[in-house]
Amino acid sequence: MSKHKHEHHIIPLPTYFKVFGALMALTVITVVTAQIDLGGTINIILAMFIATTKASLVLMFFMHLYYDNRTNLIFFLGSILFMVIFIVFTLIDIDYRDKIYKEGAMSPQGGKSYKEYITKQPPADH
Amino acid sequence: MSEKTHAYLQHHFANKEQQYESAKLGMWAFLVTEVLTFSGLFCAYVILRNKYPATFELCGDLLNANLGLINTIVLITSSLTMALAIYYIQNDDRTKTVQCLGVTLVLAAAFMVIKYFEYTHKIHVGQLPTEGFFYPNLPESVGEGANKEMIRPGFYFSVYFMMTGLHGIHVLGGMVVIGAMMYNTYKGKYSSEYYTPIEVTGLFWHLVDLVWIFLFPLLYLIG
Repeated sequence: MSKHKHEHHIIPLPTYFKVFGALMALTVITVVTAQIDLGGTINIILAMFIATTKASLVLMFFMHLYYDNRTNLIFFLGSILFMVIFIVFTLIDIDYRDKIYKEGAMSPQGGKSYKEYITKQPPADH
Repeated sequence: MSEKTHAYLQHHFANKEQQYESAKLGMWAFLVTEVLTFSGLFCAYVILRNKYPATFELCGDLLNANLGLINTIVLITSSLTMALAIYYIQNDDRTKTVQCLGVTLVLAAAFMVIKYFEYTHKIHVGQLPTEGFFYPNLPESVGEGANKEMIRPGFYFSVYFMMTGLHGIHVLGGMVVIGAMMYNTYKGKYSSEYYTPIEVTGLFWHLVDLVWIFLFPLLYLIG
């Protein structure tokens, strides 16, 4: 590849110290905002937003992804993608599975509602 | 590209640049598996918090947020010194590289010492990942009727000990590797020409920092 540099990119020292300052400032902000009650959900979203910002700073500058070969970034984003799939789909299952029982969703067996289907089964103990 | 052969250039790589890039991509692949390992525990956290929100709020308040904050500052500072170690080896300053790695090692040890005090306190007062302990400050249940929630501190502390425990194991592992890097740098094995082991150690150490950046608000703050 022609754009391959022979020398590795050396990030200047002031960049490291600026990133460090930003990380410290964001740590203070996240502690302060956690003391204020904004209603549970908003507090969680804000804390996660600040944590994600801090993580991005570490990834881009301390871990050099901003200057690096893009393949490394794609690898890492792949792991985040699968983590999100893992958590979101598990949550959907946990939160909505009981609707099958409560609202009588259709079962795959003979077109009866699931509720009807399970109530017609003999008790498991006998 | 220089065709000069280097002692560290392994025969199956075309040149040192390819060797460097391959080693780094390999490390990123390993970090991907690390993220996925931790994602299991994050998933457990999300589900249990979703099912027992009041438990997590009440138990989160039992943690000492000041110790968590100190540990966050310690770990972010150690990340900076790790990044500086790479900066100095890129500039062929071995003495400062060893010093920066040394500071990183000391900060990592400080993190573990604070963690030790937190753990021993929790074991002493019985805030453990099991049911059946008596929590004098916590109610039996919260809410009425359909919204009634049994308070289950065991669930919270299972997640707490598993997440911080796995993270702590990573800190200990990182300390061993950083110590080895210090020794090798002191022996003069690395230079601006070849510092890949320090670079990938840095990547690992920053990942440990990344995980803590999320653990701190999740466990200590949004209780």
